[in-house]
Amino acid sequence: MFETLSDRFDGIFRRLRNQSRLTEADVDEVLREIRVALLEADVNVGVVRTLQGRIRERCVGTDLDGPLTSAQVVIKAVNDELTEALGGETMRITFASKPPTVVLMAGLQGAGKTTTSAKLAKWFRTQGRNPMLVGADLQRPAAVEQLRTLGAQINVPVFSEATDPVSVARAALDEARRTGRDVLICDTAGRLAIDVDMMEQVRQISEVLQPDYTFLVVDAMTGQDAVTVAESFHATLELDGVILTKLDGDARGGAALSVKEVVGRPIAFASTGETLDDFEQFHPDRLAGRILGMGDMLTLIEKAEQAYESDEAEAAAQRLMEGTFTLDDFLDQMQAIKKMGKLSSVIGMLPGIPKEVRDVEIGDKEIGRVEAIIRSMTPAERIEPDLIDTSRRHRIALGSGTQPTDVQALVGQFSQMRKMMQQMGGGTIKKMKKKQSKKKGKGGGRTTPKGSAPLNKAPYMLPGLDPLAEQLAKAGIELPELGQRGL
Amino acid sequence: MLLVVLLVSIAVVVVGLVGFVVVTRGSNRREALEPVAISTLDRPSATTTPIDVAVEPSEAIDQTGDLIDDVELPEMATSRVEEAVDERPRLRDRLGKARSAFSGAFASIRGRSKIDESVWDELEEALLRADVGIGPTTELLDAVRVRVMADNIDSTDELLEVVKMEMLRRLDGPVSMPLTANRPNIWLFVGVNGVGKTTTIGKLGRRLTDEGHSIVMAAGDTFRAAAAEQLGEWADRCGAAFVRGAEGGDPSSVIFDGIAHGAAIGADVVLCDTAGRLHTKSNLMEELSKVRRVADKGAGTVTEVLLVLDATTGQNGLVQARQFTEAVELTGVVLTKLDGSAKGGIVFAIASELKIPVKLVGVGETAADLVDFDAHEFVDALFARD
Repeated sequence: MFETLSDRFDGIFRRLRNQSRLTEADVDEVLREIRVALLEADVNVGVVRTLQGRIRERCVGTDLDGPLTSAQVVIKAVNDELTEALGGETMRITFASKPPTVVLMAGLQGAGKTTTSAKLAKWFRTQGRNPMLVGADLQRPAAVEQLRTLGAQINVPVFSEATDPVSVARAALDEARRTGRDVLICDTAGRLAIDVDMMEQVRQISEVLQPDYTFLVVDAMTGQDAVTVAESFHATLELDGVILTKLDGDARGGAALSVKEVVGRPIAFASTGETLDDFEQFHPDRLAGRILGMGDMLTLIEKAEQAYESDEAEAAAQRLMEGTFTLDDFLDQMQAIKKMGKLSSVIGMLPGIPKEVRDVEIGDKEIGRVEAIIRSMTPAERIEPDLIDTSRRHRIALGSGTQPTDVQALVGQFSQMRKMMQQMGGGTIKKMKKKQSKKKGKGGGRTTPKGSAPLNKAPYMLPGLDPLAEQLAKAGIELPELGQRGL
Repeated sequence: MLLVVLLVSIAVVVVGLVGFVVVTRGSNRREALEPVAISTLDRPSATTTPIDVAVEPSEAIDQTGDLIDDVELPEMATSRVEEAVDERPRLRDRLGKARSAFSGAFASIRGRSKIDESVWDELEEALLRADVGIGPTTELLDAVRVRVMADNIDSTDELLEVVKMEMLRRLDGPVSMPLTANRPNIWLFVGVNGVGKTTTIGKLGRRLTDEGHSIVMAAGDTFRAAAAEQLGEWADRCGAAFVRGAEGGDPSSVIFDGIAHGAAIGADVVLCDTAGRLHTKSNLMEELSKVRRVADKGAGTVTEVLLVLDATTGQNGLVQARQFTEAVELTGVVLTKLDGSAKGGIVFAIASELKIPVKLVGVGETAADLVDFDAHEFVDALFARD
């Protein structure tokens, strides 16, 4: 959708190839591109200006002799600057010594306060707390009803009365003390920052509740106005943090950066989906990459870690490198990817995937079709797809409810893929074989469908993988870090 | 290092899958779609979800009345409604905040004696701050530059006049939503979460009933908790018939039933709510396309498919509009929450790039605060001298 920053830089940096140092003029040219990228991500105009200044300082005079290309140097500088601006660390939530710990939610209409209140309650539950929800949104029709429904889903009591928001808040505090609830989350009506009466009302609620945390709920899709909104809420309520919602869309969330920059309060949580589980503490580094239009590698790695069992992955990876990857392995990999979430979102997180691939949408149905085809093959066919002739193809098509041409397409695609892998892993294989030949005489040939056991578990460099390593570096991910995270 | 290998394998599998899909898509896409279309034909009989049709508005009051009466903030909300009912506010009156922010920049430009680089910079910044977006802003200002050169314009007053003209040209589009003879007219409301779809339907229902039309509201948002109750209350307020389904039910069937009910009672307009959905969720967008197909099959005609857009939305608004129009062919945009400090400049991009006109603007919380979009007033208000 958006050009990535590195795409933008290509033209500029081609000229810079022979230079050893970035001059002020070069940096200014680059900064113009960065400005466009940041504005497209909805970072506030004023904030963009101050960021540009800081990035300039960082870049001018940077040495280009190192191992990184000039584009990488600049992108890294920009990425570091943004991460810093977003707040270095994840916010820590502490609890009041005298319960309940009171949390007040505020924000514009439609930012997602009610849903987020419930998500937050659920999060507190997983922290071993006993939260209570308070419905002080008496403005929007059925808002309390919505909160009650959500409360019932997560087994958290909801308190509200048909009085006025301030009295509800007061009564709720007593109720929480009486019933021994140690966290109180107060949902309030959405209000415009310029609505004087409504802002006064929320100030009174805040005065009654004396909240330990006041969160401003901000929609990730918000544009330039985010700054105005955050400033006026901060002036009225003394915010403690921001909760960013609807990050599961494709908005790049520059609003978060603007808000952080203007009110100086961290982004505490991020809401990443419609179900009540889709809620997590906020990781600044990930959003930085997103604002710049780079892949979200860390999230991908985290998801991969959850989805893959390490032994399995190790073995599959090994076979992949050897070029003895079978359709069975393919099937396993597919299952694992499915566990990581929707394929389109996985693709979105991979750096360096060409646009054409990114734009293809693959639904579960289509993955299902591939699965059906592979499952309709005999074990022998799965190991050696070349076996498949016209008659076998017809059988497989019948068995999987597809067309023979589909089967053909899959087999063709698979062989190509295998070839590609062999090329990529070529260098490695040679190296490995050298090492192996001393220990074992076995050079190739497989006896079991799952392939020979992995031989070498020691970490080794994969020169054949340099293209990917480069992509990772481009995305601002340092490989040593990956190694440390380890599987 | 293993992680790298892992990622490579993921990438490879992904690439393999994509390749397969691309290769086979040509033939299968069409086959896959057809059965869907056929299955929707027998939808009403096959999936009749439990619906309670509030034929009499008073019945609906009984159902949801208790709760809502208590919960409402009667003093504030209703008094506002009453005072506002007699006279629909003009867009200009409601754009006070936007006007002052904009005119601040423009006033300072007017004060300049000649058009220099700083004037252009200031103009650019003002447009960017209004969420017009860097692409459309550059394009707009380039067009203005050309005119300024061609016509030898040297006063800032004339410059701003040109800017205004160029903005108007881009916002030009049909605003009216005429009713056709084939009743009921079906108006579908779509958009991402929290933009104000349900509220917009409520306000519009009030306006249409005030104009003497009979309307039905169909609660197609079966996903969000209490969304149907929210719409039900609006239906009560304006005396509209109200059709809902079970929470978690099939939205298409609710809408189909709403349309059927509208046809049965001879309603002029059926206002169909849908659940908020992010345009990136392909399954939900597919669900929405189905809603549209089903609505097309019922009695009457789908005359409006309106994207409800929050004025605070930034550059993502254009992406939303693009995806939604791909799924359901939008006829217009409703810009909500314009009474805040947000300026809704993203509609420039939507109107000029996708040719989807803005039709309605929400400028406040009460039923009367939904006004027709008027490009002249919109731009005029942004340019007005204080």
